[in-house]
This record gives sequence, C-alpha cells and structure tokens, in this order.
Amino acid sequence: MEARIRVWLLFLLMLATAPAHAVLTVRITQGVESALPIAIVPFAAPPSGPLPLELAEVVMSDLAGTGRFAPMAVEDLPARPHDFEAINFADWRLLGMENLLIGRIEDSPTGGYEVQFRLVDVYKGSQLLGYRVHAGRGDLRLAAHRISDMVYEKLTGERGAFSTRIAYVEVIRDAGGQKRHMLKIADSDGANDRVLVESPEPLLSPAWTPDGEKIAYVSFEGRKSAIYLQELRSGQRRKLADYPGLNSAPAFSPDGRYLAMTLSKDGNPDIYLLNLDSGRLQRMTSNPAIDTEPAWSPDGHTLAFTSDRGGSPQIYKVDALGGRPQRVSFKGGYNARPRYAPDGRHLAMVHGGPRGYQIAVLDLESGELTTLTDGPLDESPSYAPNGSMIIYATGGTGGSELAAVSADGRVRKRLGLQEGEVREPAWGPFRRP
Amino acid sequence: MRHLILLLFPLLLLAGCENMPTLGGGGEGQPAEVVEGSSAAGVPGEAESAAAAAETHGVSESAGLRGDELDNPDSPLANRVIYFDFDSSEIKAEYRPVVEAHAAYLAAHPETIVTLEGHTDERGSREYNLALGERRANAVRRQLVLLGASAGQIRVVSYGEERPVAEGHDEEAWALNRRVEIRY
Repeated sequence: MEARIRVWLLFLLMLATAPAHAVLTVRITQGVESALPIAIVPFAAPPSGPLPLELAEVVMSDLAGTGRFAPMAVEDLPARPHDFEAINFADWRLLGMENLLIGRIEDSPTGGYEVQFRLVDVYKGSQLLGYRVHAGRGDLRLAAHRISDMVYEKLTGERGAFSTRIAYVEVIRDAGGQKRHMLKIADSDGANDRVLVESPEPLLSPAWTPDGEKIAYVSFEGRKSAIYLQELRSGQRRKLADYPGLNSAPAFSPDGRYLAMTLSKDGNPDIYLLNLDSGRLQRMTSNPAIDTEPAWSPDGHTLAFTSDRGGSPQIYKVDALGGRPQRVSFKGGYNARPRYAPDGRHLAMVHGGPRGYQIAVLDLESGELTTLTDGPLDESPSYAPNGSMIIYATGGTGGSELAAVSADGRVRKRLGLQEGEVREPAWGPFRRP
Repeated sequence: MRHLILLLFPLLLLAGCENMPTLGGGGEGQPAEVVEGSSAAGVPGEAESAAAAAETHGVSESAGLRGDELDNPDSPLANRVIYFDFDSSEIKAEYRPVVEAHAAYLAAHPETIVTLEGHTDERGSREYNLALGERRANAVRRQLVLLGASAGQIRVVSYGEERPVAEGHDEEAWALNRRVEIRY
C-alpha cells in the first residue's frame, strides 16, 4: 500500500514540474489508503503535431487530487493500448489495476480535435464508458476535465466537479514594493488562471452568481469598501452597494434573485438583502453586535451568518423571510464565515482555538463539530458544487496559499503557488455542458 | 512603533496640508458651519462631502501654530496609533491621553477633518475582521466626540486585516496590526 502511494506521489511530483503555464500545481499532503487503482494510458495523438498538453496527465491529476484514486505512474504502465481490442487484460489484472482509461485524440475535420475515450473494467473485461467529445484548439484542458467528471461519476456514483472553476484573490508586490491585488478565476485545479480585476487597493470576498456568469466582490478602490458585480465574459461591471460604512460579504441566493450582504450604514454591521430585480433593500438583522458573512442554505430558506452578539464570534441562522436568529455553533470561542455544504446538512466554518484557526465542519443535525485541517491560519472555506472537497486559504510563514480538503477530512492537498499570496477562494457552480 | 510613526509622518503632513489650507483670512465661523451642517445629518461616512467643503474654505490659523501642535514629536498629538487587544475594541487606559489630545485639537480646529482607519491582525475570517476594524475605529470616534470633537469632523474606514504594518505571523506582529490610525 505504501508503495502504491509512493507511486502516485512520484507522479504528482513529476506533474508539479511539468506545465510551465500552470500557475498553481497540486501537492497531496495527506492521502487515503483505500484509493482505487486506475491506469490511465497517454492518449494517442494526431499527426498534426505536438498538443498543448498531455490530456491524460490532466485526468490523472484530477482523479489523484481527490485522494480516492491511485493512478499508476506512467513509467510503470505495462503497455500503452489505445483501442479496446489491443488490451491484454491479463497484464493489468496481474498489477491489480481495476480500471483502465484509454483513448485517442484526432484532428477534427471541422477544426479542433475529436477526443474519444473508453473506461474499461479490467476484471470483467468490459467497457464501462465510451465517449467521443469535440474540443476546440484551446479547450483540450476543459475536455480533459470533462472526461475526469465522467470517469469520476461512473466509478464513485457522485457527479464530478473537475470542469468547474474557482475564483480567488492573489496579492503580489511589484518592483517598487507596492501591493497589487488581483481577482482571478482559474480551472478547479488552479490552471488556466485569468485576471478579472486588478487594483492597488484591497479586493476581497468574490461570490459567484448561481449561473456562473458573474462574480460580485468587494473593492476598496474608492478608499472604502463597495460591492461590484462583474460579468465574466465582457468584463463589464456595475456597483451594487456603496453606502456609508461597510459594504461587504456578498452572497447570492440560490435562485439568483437576492444578494445578501453586510452593511453598516445604520450604525453597525448587519445583514441586508438586496432584491436584484426591484433594487429594494431589506434589513435582515438588527443587533448592536457584529453580524456579517451571510451564507444561503441550498434551498434558499435560511441564512447562516457570523455574529458576536453572545460575546464571541459564533454562527447563527435566520429564516430568509425574517425572524429571530438562532445560534448554531457552540464549541470553541471563535467560529466564523459559514458556508453550507450542497447537501444543506453541514456547515463549513473557520474554527479558532488554542492551536490557531482551522477549517471545521458542523453537522447541523447532530451538532457535532469536526476539525478538518491543521491551521494555524486557515480561512475562507468553500465547497465544491458536488460537496466532495472544500477549498480554503492556508497561511504561514511563507505567505498564504490555496489548499483543499475532502469533506470527510481524509484527503488534503495544496495548490502550490508560484507567485504571490493567494486567498479567499470561492468555488464556482457546475458548468453547463 | 517609533518607526511606524516616523514612516507615517510624511503622509500625515501631506494630508494635513490638504485639509488645512495655509492661507489665512477665511472667516472662522464659515467652515465650521459647513462641518457642523454635515454632522447634523449624523450618518457615518457623510464626512466625504464635508471634506470637499472644507477644501474650499480658508482657515484663520497661522502655519506656525499648526506646525507646532501637530508636528511636535513631543506632543501627545504625535502619537497617531492606538493599539488593541485581540478581538477587542476597548480603548486601553494608556491611550486615554492620546485620545484626549486629539479630541482637544479637533475641538479647537473645527475645520479639520480626521480619518480613523480601523485595522485587525490576520487571524480569523476577513469579513469579520472588516467589521471588527470598523468597531475599533468607531470606539475611538465615540471617545473623540465625547471629549469635544464634532462627529462631522471624523471619517471612519475599516481595512480589516488587509493592510498590516507588520508582515510577521506572530504575536509581536499581530499586536502592531490591531490598531486604529488617526490620519489628518
């Protein structure tokens, strides 16, 4: 078992040094012993020349990064078949490989590529999945993530989220020592990053619209906080809130019709709802303490938020139609920034204690709080839309970088950063096929 | 901390020039009325318009006197930073003389606008820290007003943990970052 883990760590190490354009690279810090063995054979390439990426590597990285798969190292593959007929099943059975992924990339007559792949059950000697997908010249990475999604769903029964995107804030220092804040989006594995906003003043709290087409965020470009809403495709934006005092912590309702946010215009930070159709503003909390960081339950009926009305920051919830907030976190002296799991039954949060700040998950039914990470400065948890992983920012002496942990805490990985400080990740919704 | 003040000084002087035109002769009552007017609205953040108004009026203050008070490194006014305990917005007794000095200065110079910038250390969540920074700045603002400054003279802005002065990740750095900066 140890040897197997070593094999895929080796492979990941190899990956980490491979693509120069990938700003973030994956490093597994803690794996699972029960990972499913799978062999992924490099796909046959078309005669038109070198491809912009090795598609099978992206699939391997996606699957290995969940901790639920143990892909075989490329150099250990006993053969490199591309067609079902060419598979010698005995070879793979001997090595204990339960599943095999093979495929071909061909030039498409209409431009771009045709990618065909087969997922094979080695023991039954039968095909589990076989597809042909079209990919534009620049879309091979997305095609690879979609293949990962299909393989993952077939083998785990759970929808894959590899073809989703993440938003985050990256801060770098330019030559003059000035800080530059960038709001970026990238593929779920951190590759293919693009800048949405750049500012000498702080940017924070990116929040996706449920359709994945816009992002709201807080910008200090006006020397105070204001909330903007920006279209990803056009880059056009508008100001949603610029009241006196704080304008922060935007969160869209699951139906996309409301924006929950924190305003202090009436004296101190409270939660407000903005009806995005009518522009009507409604106050949800009214308490002299700090109320902030609203998060919607997946059914849109409840808002969880941070409040220190009881003397220390804790998580409360309130009916989205209004009413009396109820406290939901009780363990420890610091619980903040809640985010609902897609199942609606768990809340991820920042949990502070004597060992610093970690990501913890509260089971809303049992009340049990489970700490998933080590800290000491972990923040901003955000669930993948399939609920399998939680991405977060982890700080330390080397600055801050992105990390992810499986929702059960068994697998942890870092999205190693090459340049600046990376913080405030927000996992985007499923993408339309 | 000494270094911090020295670093801040040129900025503060510049800001000071902007808000306090060196030309004398403007009627003393006039700018004060503008400031009072906006404070009557009583809404935090509305000082923005007050600042714009303040720029258009002169002040009957001699440049020498201004320099003596705000620029004197031995005056309590030279101390422009108030530090806080973790997750606290309580102004400690040791900063009382600092707050008193600034309140007295603001009361004596009703045309002067000051910005209180609230900051926190890096621990915990960013949005909660934004709120905490604002609470700290508002605590200083309340004290200044109680001690004679006009609410309309004071702007409050919170940067939370986004603008640390010390980049370390230990108690020493955190203690320096949990602060309210008084910026003229």
